[in-house]
Amino acid sequence: MKHFRKGDGERSGLFTRRALLLGGAQAVLLTALAGRLYQLQVVETDRFSSMAEENRVSMRLLPPSRGLIFDRSGLPLAVNRNNFRAMAASERGRGVDVLVERLDQVLTLGDADKTRLLRELRRNRNAQPVVVRENLAWEEVARLEFNAPDLPGVFIDLGQSRDYPEGDLMSHIVGYTGRVSDEDLAGRDDPVLQLATMRFGKKGVERSLEDDLRGRAGAVQVEVNAVGRVVRELERTEGQAGANALLTIDLDIQRFAAEKMKEHQSGSVVVLDVVTGDVIAMVSTPGFDPSTFARGITQAEWRDLLDNPERPLHNKAIAGVYPPGSTYKMVTALAALDAKVIDPWTRLPCAGYLELGKIKFHCWLKGGHGSTNVSEAIAMSCDCFFYEAARRAGVDRVSDMAQRLGFGKVSELGLPGESAANQPTRTWKQEKVGKAWQHGDTFNLGIGQGFMTATPLQLAIMTARLANGGYEVQPNLLLAKATPREELVPPAPRTKPNAPSLRLNPQHLAVIRQGMSDVVNTGHGTANALRAKQPEFTFAGKTGTAQVKRITEREREMGITQASLPWHLRHHALFVCYGPVDNPRYACAVIVEHGQAGGATAGPIGRDVLIETMKRDPSRRTDRFKKMASR
Amino acid sequence: MGSGPSLDAPAPIGFAEKIWRINWGLVLVLTAIAGVGVLALYSAAGGRFEPWAARHAVRYGSALALMLVVALVHPKVWLTLAWPIYILSVVMLVAVDVIGKIGMGAQRWLVIGPLQIQPSEIAKVAVILVIARYYHGLRREQAGQFLYTLPPLAMILVVVGLVMVQPDLGTAMMVLMGGGALLFVAGVRIWMFLAAGISAVACLPIAWSLMHEYQKKRVLTFLDPDRDPLGAGYHITQSKIAIGSGGMFGKGFLKGTQSSLNFLPEKQTDFIFTTFVEEWGMAGALVLLGLFALVVVWGFSIAFRSQHHFGRLLALGVTAMLFLYMFINTAMVMGMLPVVGVPLPLVSNGGTALLSVMFACGLLIGVNVYRDAQLPRTR
Repeated sequence: MKHFRKGDGERSGLFTRRALLLGGAQAVLLTALAGRLYQLQVVETDRFSSMAEENRVSMRLLPPSRGLIFDRSGLPLAVNRNNFRAMAASERGRGVDVLVERLDQVLTLGDADKTRLLRELRRNRNAQPVVVRENLAWEEVARLEFNAPDLPGVFIDLGQSRDYPEGDLMSHIVGYTGRVSDEDLAGRDDPVLQLATMRFGKKGVERSLEDDLRGRAGAVQVEVNAVGRVVRELERTEGQAGANALLTIDLDIQRFAAEKMKEHQSGSVVVLDVVTGDVIAMVSTPGFDPSTFARGITQAEWRDLLDNPERPLHNKAIAGVYPPGSTYKMVTALAALDAKVIDPWTRLPCAGYLELGKIKFHCWLKGGHGSTNVSEAIAMSCDCFFYEAARRAGVDRVSDMAQRLGFGKVSELGLPGESAANQPTRTWKQEKVGKAWQHGDTFNLGIGQGFMTATPLQLAIMTARLANGGYEVQPNLLLAKATPREELVPPAPRTKPNAPSLRLNPQHLAVIRQGMSDVVNTGHGTANALRAKQPEFTFAGKTGTAQVKRITEREREMGITQASLPWHLRHHALFVCYGPVDNPRYACAVIVEHGQAGGATAGPIGRDVLIETMKRDPSRRTDRFKKMASR
Repeated sequence: MGSGPSLDAPAPIGFAEKIWRINWGLVLVLTAIAGVGVLALYSAAGGRFEPWAARHAVRYGSALALMLVVALVHPKVWLTLAWPIYILSVVMLVAVDVIGKIGMGAQRWLVIGPLQIQPSEIAKVAVILVIARYYHGLRREQAGQFLYTLPPLAMILVVVGLVMVQPDLGTAMMVLMGGGALLFVAGVRIWMFLAAGISAVACLPIAWSLMHEYQKKRVLTFLDPDRDPLGAGYHITQSKIAIGSGGMFGKGFLKGTQSSLNFLPEKQTDFIFTTFVEEWGMAGALVLLGLFALVVVWGFSIAFRSQHHFGRLLALGVTAMLFLYMFINTAMVMGMLPVVGVPLPLVSNGGTALLSVMFACGLLIGVNVYRDAQLPRTR
């Protein structure tokens, strides 16, 4: 027993030494733990606290309500309507594939949407939600709610989407909105544009007034859990709704004009207030339904719109370019008068043609007009008079006058896609065609053919500037903009233009306007059939027929006429007019594509629209505006 | 050994004396640690007793009863049962591995009737018992000899290997380190540890090739948590954020954002320390670590007071195991060790680990109750 004890004592001593060593090691490790705690909780606590806050708090932008668009009397053209949409917040990029598969089972997404969703969810680093689908039906909302446990991070959001109650009638003016593209972002650092639900004006007023309509984003700070679900709201800053816009368009006249255009395949009508430049109506047919863009256009719908030969997406009023034909003769006449190469009494002969070297330039009237002065030449649209007037004035003076009247440049209307068309000059031809300007070119320019092109809007601007006594009015679409609806009121009416004067000789202008009046109101005028039946609506105008394909002598002999040509080769029909004749207020330009003859096709439309506009002049119908003021 | 009482042998002690010798202070400290567990689990459930806190309290109650029963069992019984328990645990480990192979995947449970048994938990205690029993039977000079070191080494490595293939890296490491500590205090020469250390480093590439993909990933992530902040490194990063943002005095009870908003993974098991420390801060963490330190100090004093070598080794083995448990878990959640899946004893939710820890504590207290028992060196 004793030696056991002794042996045990020895063992015990070794054990004690070793155990104390072990205990010391444990003490060291424990100290290391405490040191680590100190490092994390004292030294680096600020860093970790802010990281915990970043985890917990998520800043979400509140998209502002987009400004509404109204016509001049307050009728809605673009409104917002509730839109239930499915959103998904990525769980830090994890489980995205499974999530999209499940969403596909619930909503039947389709391959294109699936790819887009995967891309957006993966790209999305800061857990901003992305759109799964817009405009959910009730049944889809119910299915999503039912399957919610299987769809982490998916939620339904009540947003707004754009609705266009007038559909294709206002499609070219109002335009439409779409997803924000990279181009849209250029030069704009508004963070709200990063939101997946945000829409951006793509065409029309939606585009030109984008920065007004958009408004300012609000922000909400929310507490989120690890899968991005909102637990509670911490703080909210309200944004500001976008400005509402009151357009110059009169929806009734717009509708009336569009109705008149229905008989024809394709064309355009522009009505301007010659004093203010207000665009009262601007029709381009055919139109398209902007709501298809608002809800997301399909590939097939988009193809159809692009492939249509009548080009429904194209706003012909500002982007369609046509030779102005005889509607240009006022420019030639004014240039010749201004250059003093003719005076109001100068009579020029017409034998049915004019010879330049070996080339014959024909007048549209085979036998010729005999001798005419400038106002008679306008009334009868004598080509020979304007060949000679243009020759005497020269291309430089004609082009200069045309530019003063608004040709060859983009107006200040502000709609995207407006064309400057082409007002040819010597330098232009040298640069673009590579040949020197010829006398024949001047002859053609004199009657608005050849290289000369114009948009319907430019024709309306020219007519307005002639009608208002030579003031450089610019077309204008916006009557007023303001966020509170009660501040959205039109400016006080004006009777005198506040645009700079073109410094035209009033006597010359009077002669031109006499000629335009005679077109309609005298027996020898080219559009005498159009004259107004009520004297208070008496108006002036000018017909035009723009050649698309030249019918040669041989073809003429073979009996080929305009009517027998295929539609796309027929002449364009043009008509410009203003009224009332002695105190002009409105100007109107009409183009019927391939409508053959200006007086017969475009003329009646111009007359009806102009008379309708005069009838509805605010001075004649105060009731409507009174009603609006009391709204 | 003779059976009759010898002259200098102490008289057998009575029941009241046994009860008196139970370290009630230690029991109180253990209960305090379990109380921290109930508090943290209550918070992890978002301020509810369900599903964890209430069950934890009930489990601790029954485990406490088990511990007291074990504490009153005479060490000679454990000396006798050491080998059978060890062999049984090895058999169960093999069974678990075989079933796991058939069932394709990680398998840690053995279902026997209504019982779910985790053999690795039994094996942890069994290794301590069998090594303590082995060295109890050796003489002083034998303990230092190389050949006598081989059998206990084999006992450890068999269990480590079987646990590792489950795969359960955390438990395997604990058995290895706990067993090593036991060999150290038993008197194995220092040079052998150095040799083992060197050969372990040499074997590292082999161990690496044997590791599962997710285990490799964990080690790599530990070495550089930022290499995959949203994937495998996510847990450790979020845990560090939670602990760090707790600061000196914590965010307050039930106010831990990281745990309540689910940024913390496994917040009721492996990361319960994080949940607690986020809300109670460094002050709370030091109190908890202090409680564990008290347990360790108590364990050492029990070991030193034991008159028999078996008791000394048993007490120290249990203490080392508890310490390792605590250290590996807290170091892991603070980003000092790879994530290996070791719970925090008495605090983490989970029944089997709680039972095995309390069983081990019962053995520890039993050493104190029977500190002057006469134990034969060989049977």
